Amino acid sequence: MKKIYTIAMISVLLGAGSCKKDSDFLNVPPKSVVPTDVVFSDPALVLSVLGDLYNRVYDFSSLDNMDLYPENSDKKNVAGWTTFADFGESFPSDNGLYSIVQNRSWSYDTWSTWNYPYVRDLNLFIDNVTASTKLVPADKSRFLAEGRFLRASYYFEIVKRMGGVPLITKTLTYDNSGNVVGLQFPRSKESDIYDFVISEAEAIKGLLPSDPTEKSRATKAAALAMEARAALYAGSIAKYGATTPQVSLPGGEVGIPASMAPGYYTKGLNAAKEIISGSAGGYKLYQVLPNLSDNFAAIFLDKSSVNQESIWVEDFKALAGKVHSFTTNDQPYSVSDEASDAGRLDPSLNLVQSFEKLDNTFAPIATKDGSGNPIYYADQQDPFAGRDARLAGTVMLPHFFWKTAYIDIWGGYLLANGNIISSDDATHYAALPGSTTQIQVVGKDGPTPTGEVLRTQTGFYVRKYLDPTTGSGRRGRQSDVNFIRYRYGEVLLNAAEAAYELGQTGDAALYMNQVRARAGLTTPLAAGDITFDRIVHERRAELSFEGHVLFDMKRWRIANKVWDGNPESLVDLTSNIASATKRNTQPWGLYPYKYYNPGNPNDGKWVFREVLPSNVTGVLNFRIGNYYSQISDAIISANPKIIRQPNQ
Amino acid sequence: MEIKFHHIAIFTLMLASASCKLDNVKPPSVTLKGQLMYKGTPIGVEYNQVPFQLYQTGYKGNTPITGTFDQDGNYSVLTFNGTYKFTIPGGQGPFQWKELPSGGRDTVNITLNGDQTVNIEVTPYYMIRNTQLAAASGNITAKFSIEKDITDATAKNIQTVSLFVNKTQFVSPADHAAQVDLDGAAIVDPANVSLSVAIPKFTVTQNYVFARVGIRIAGVEDMIFSPVVKLSY
Repeated sequence: MKKIYTIAMISVLLGAGSCKKDSDFLNVPPKSVVPTDVVFSDPALVLSVLGDLYNRVYDFSSLDNMDLYPENSDKKNVAGWTTFADFGESFPSDNGLYSIVQNRSWSYDTWSTWNYPYVRDLNLFIDNVTASTKLVPADKSRFLAEGRFLRASYYFEIVKRMGGVPLITKTLTYDNSGNVVGLQFPRSKESDIYDFVISEAEAIKGLLPSDPTEKSRATKAAALAMEARAALYAGSIAKYGATTPQVSLPGGEVGIPASMAPGYYTKGLNAAKEIISGSAGGYKLYQVLPNLSDNFAAIFLDKSSVNQESIWVEDFKALAGKVHSFTTNDQPYSVSDEASDAGRLDPSLNLVQSFEKLDNTFAPIATKDGSGNPIYYADQQDPFAGRDARLAGTVMLPHFFWKTAYIDIWGGYLLANGNIISSDDATHYAALPGSTTQIQVVGKDGPTPTGEVLRTQTGFYVRKYLDPTTGSGRRGRQSDVNFIRYRYGEVLLNAAEAAYELGQTGDAALYMNQVRARAGLTTPLAAGDITFDRIVHERRAELSFEGHVLFDMKRWRIANKVWDGNPESLVDLTSNIASATKRNTQPWGLYPYKYYNPGNPNDGKWVFREVLPSNVTGVLNFRIGNYYSQISDAIISANPKIIRQPNQ
Repeated sequence: MEIKFHHIAIFTLMLASASCKLDNVKPPSVTLKGQLMYKGTPIGVEYNQVPFQLYQTGYKGNTPITGTFDQDGNYSVLTFNGTYKFTIPGGQGPFQWKELPSGGRDTVNITLNGDQTVNIEVTPYYMIRNTQLAAASGNITAKFSIEKDITDATAKNIQTVSLFVNKTQFVSPADHAAQVDLDGAAIVDPANVSLSVAIPKFTVTQNYVFARVGIRIAGVEDMIFSPVVKLSY
């Protein structure tokens, strides 16, 4: 009887336990997903969503690997340093990437991007912040402005590469009807996209903080810097597009009418002036270290609040998961932290010689005197003396002190009879004539006659962005130097160019001279000295290895002249250095040799020779169809309203 | 049941015979080929630089078969029977391609039913006629006349004429051992142009070179060439 009672009780309890409503039982809130309305009620959670959107900002040059986001398939599995290579400005000392200097031309789809998933996520973010009711107004307006900033920033990136694209500013929803016509949008005019970027920047600048210490999130200055650059690009496409009439489409999807140029230049100049006047915060040129070259290099290394030059950066943090291997890949071979990671990005002589002398004139690096005899230099750095301080700030010259030691760049012994004794590795010794002692006959950093990889093959290493912190070259630690997207130096040059194009050469000289004085070029340029060639040169000297060269050459419509598909001879290399349209199709090197001639006063001195690295077999050829990257057939098939690029 | 050797053998045979079905997709087998022509004369272009597109109608999507012309203006495509439209993308080639009044590029309809040769008729800006290439006393000399074929408002000037010499049969601005240019403005008599360049030295001595002359037209990316000639000396 007692047993029955127990069983009955258990059954009743069990039965009662099942008396929940079915819908309640199935309707369990998931623990692994945070619903939208919860996310957009808490500023910390919104910031984490925004952090993802910031991470997906698409840069042309990027210090880390670019394969984090599958949408950007054009950069998939590409190491960060390769995005700084190419264009005749450097040589890739890496077996897998000689294609950069061996290909005859860039394919039409190089540099293309079509990342509409990112645009959709940005639009969704803007919609969700707008719909949120629990955020305080200050947070809400800043988040909204940041979302719009990132969206404009991506549209700027896409218009630089593709021209006019469908301008999607709201989230599109598919209704499962099988009919997608409502989701197919034609390409907007190229000028419409630039107008969108400019108007968005104008609209949000007041909603963003004016704080020079805020670098990794959008600020008023970042919006204005983007506006200035975008307006300048649009203005130059309008003005110089006239020289390449083939690069246009009848509907304006590619190409901007010349009549719009002054308007864009004015907008660009005004936006730059707003930063220069200090209304967006106290930005100024970085002038901290007494050595001007070290000072220039430190712009890219100093992450403290002392650096009031950088405006918007991609930040990294060592030992915290966000690092990049730029230093690992490009550090000097002889001082490398890793046995097989070094020296990949070698600046070319083309770039090195373009830095002007302190008297504002241009000259090749002197290797021979007036009568054709070699010049003997007592010090390896002598040939580069008396030049723009940015040279030694951008490029590691031979016998540069890096971290713990002097780098060791020399190509071998030059004998009195003109023969060269060298080897394929510094540890492979050889004997000099008249001796049987085996000694080192080539620099530990190369350049070797056999073109050994990971050592320099041009006689130079890159210095910009290379991190001198202990351990920065180790694969385990890597580097956390940040990548500067916008900085005050560029803003000044943008202002100078816009002012020049508007005929205000006096102002142009004023802006440009500030940047030049910081580099040790203390003789100011007069208003009459400012020419198109000067503008082009100044941007190259100041902004090389910062991801500008391709887009600058494109917007000035001189890319097909600079990379014209013809081999670059030594005469081509050393003549017309000041010319904006100078050929730059093959990266040359400058090899130092130790002169061996006992008893001769020049014994032990250095002789320099221009050398085209043996692996440079290709010639850069920028075709008319490269001005705007290809829109793939898959995209055109999915949306027949998209029209093809010119010349493709 | 005890598994015997013949069981395994039979099983293997059955498996093997089950896989003996034919593939259900035939490989492309129909050749479409032809040459760029102007009134019966072939047009020479730079190798791998002038593309064409071949659209097959009646399928989902709009992805063309793309290819490029050889340096003597030849093209060939291995494909299937069907109806195709042939076109050349805008701005490509040293010639004019008919534009439709609606703004698009004209297309050539091609119905393939077996191998076929379709020559592509275009209107070049210039033609190089009566080319005489000769090797004599250490020089390659070219004599030719230039014929202007487009004289209306869309006519373009000559930027340069060039003589290219190479050790292999690929002769182009990107691939040559010797080159000499003559500025378009310096041409006195288009009916009688001559260029001369020293025979280049090669690492491995050979007693022949390949040469041809080309015209670069102002504002046009691709050059037009005379046929490649092998010159022995």
